[in-house]
Amino acid sequence: MNRRRFIQKASAGGTLIALGNLGLQSFVSAPTTTKITVLHTNDVHSHIDSWKIAGKNKDIGGVARRANLIESIRKENPNTLLLDAGDIFQGTPYFNYYGGELEFKLMSKLKYDAATLGNHDFDNGIDGLYAQLPHANFDFITANYDFSNTIMNTHTKPYKIFKKSGIKIGVFGLGIELEGLVTRDMFKETKYLDPVEISQDMSRILKVEENCDLVICLSHLGYYYGDNSKKISDLILAKNSKNIDLIIGGHTHTFLPEPTVVKNLDNKNVLVNQVGCFGENLGRIDFHFSNNTAISGNGTSLIV
Amino acid sequence: MLYFFVFTNCKQQKLHISKVENTVLKVSDTLSVNAEIEAYIKPFRLHIKKDLDSVLAYTPNTYSKKVDNFNSAIGNFIADAVYSESNPVFKRITGKNIDMVLLNHGGIRAGINKGNISKQTAFELMPFENSVVVVALKGKQINNLIKYLSISKKAHPVSKLQLILDKDFNVSKAAIQGKVIKPNQTYYVATSDYLYNGGDNMTFFKPNAGFNYLNYKIRNVLIDKFNKIDTLKAVIDNRFIQIK
Repeated sequence: MNRRRFIQKASAGGTLIALGNLGLQSFVSAPTTTKITVLHTNDVHSHIDSWKIAGKNKDIGGVARRANLIESIRKENPNTLLLDAGDIFQGTPYFNYYGGELEFKLMSKLKYDAATLGNHDFDNGIDGLYAQLPHANFDFITANYDFSNTIMNTHTKPYKIFKKSGIKIGVFGLGIELEGLVTRDMFKETKYLDPVEISQDMSRILKVEENCDLVICLSHLGYYYGDNSKKISDLILAKNSKNIDLIIGGHTHTFLPEPTVVKNLDNKNVLVNQVGCFGENLGRIDFHFSNNTAISGNGTSLIV
Repeated sequence: MLYFFVFTNCKQQKLHISKVENTVLKVSDTLSVNAEIEAYIKPFRLHIKKDLDSVLAYTPNTYSKKVDNFNSAIGNFIADAVYSESNPVFKRITGKNIDMVLLNHGGIRAGINKGNISKQTAFELMPFENSVVVVALKGKQINNLIKYLSISKKAHPVSKLQLILDKDFNVSKAAIQGKVIKPNQTYYVATSDYLYNGGDNMTFFKPNAGFNYLNYKIRNVLIDKFNKIDTLKAVIDNRFIQIK
């Protein structure tokens, strides 16, 4: 971990030197833009092999194809983050036979940066999840599960900050209420904390205290449960938030051809995205950062 | 010096999001496969395939999900298997016996084809991770269960329960293990954790007079049952019927 940090710092230094070589004048006057690419999956549910949609003869998804897709995007833009919004486990015999080992190993090989936890990630109990952690080279990010009385204590982070070419990206995670979805003997002493309150704390820490340029919420709350439901969802969270730029969602297997734009408490735009399930799609959102105030929009403006 | 200066200058330049673009990338069969990843998965895939394909039993007949009146051969087989395989587990934990089994028709996900029966068959029948639970219900609460079955008009699999409906879907006979249901007697009903938690609107499991989670997946019940039999003989009978 320390070594990784060192490399990150070293490469950031490299960028600065390169900029310096361009000459002071060019740096100050010319507007620079940096593109951050956010790639994301959700509810892959152990779909390691490609699969067929009933009645269609097309073979879709599959980790080996996704790997090449991600690799080509990383070549095009090294400032890329790869995130998963939970429910990695359950859905094919790979999970029944190996308990999630192969899912985590492959996500590590694909160099996922972080994932949040979905309810199905508790399907072999909290002990079953813990047992697979050695196979994951990426962080599990969740801010509203209090694991302090469980075996998962200290094995997740509420948030993580990534630095890509001088741009600070804060990512925090939110999980769904487990009661009713997972039996208690599976999640044991895991405490579910209010996602709205927690996200207010998280987004303040990330945007105000840590000065992040981009704040992403990785959520397994579900997209929306309809006008008659008070159940917390990504759309309701977005409306009641401040300082979140993007919510990457999961749980409801919602396929959004483009992100939903929601006005937050400050009347700024929040993007809510989700890309179906089973690895059929890879979501991609590119954020262009500019130091030229003349072309900067009011918060997030989506151009599709 | 320059280094430091550039650094501070950079800090003063506030960055703004100037543009956001979205693309959904289809992971379609037109994409190339990463050979290294594919090679890594292969041994896992082969191991699973070998295990799933190993023959456990045989069936001379094809069983579809076909329902006759209110029961199906597959549903009867599964419900009876839950009874025969779970009862020793329940007895070991509690010293008591299961009185009846109730599952849901929607929970049977496939038919069984003529020929060899393998673990794959069990995965197809029961892809979900649901486990057997045993709920203690008083006879009065069993009446709610029976009422549910009489109005649901679905062939929900049962074992050790007999339910006969008249042409208007009123209950004309209800018995557990061949005996009349007594209002104050406690009955131990085996079902799945999914139904216990209200799945398929089965709201009659709560409140109850006791609950045991057997930590025994229904799929494993089927695998264990297939292992014990040579030839599958599943039949439609008169356990849950309507007299027209």
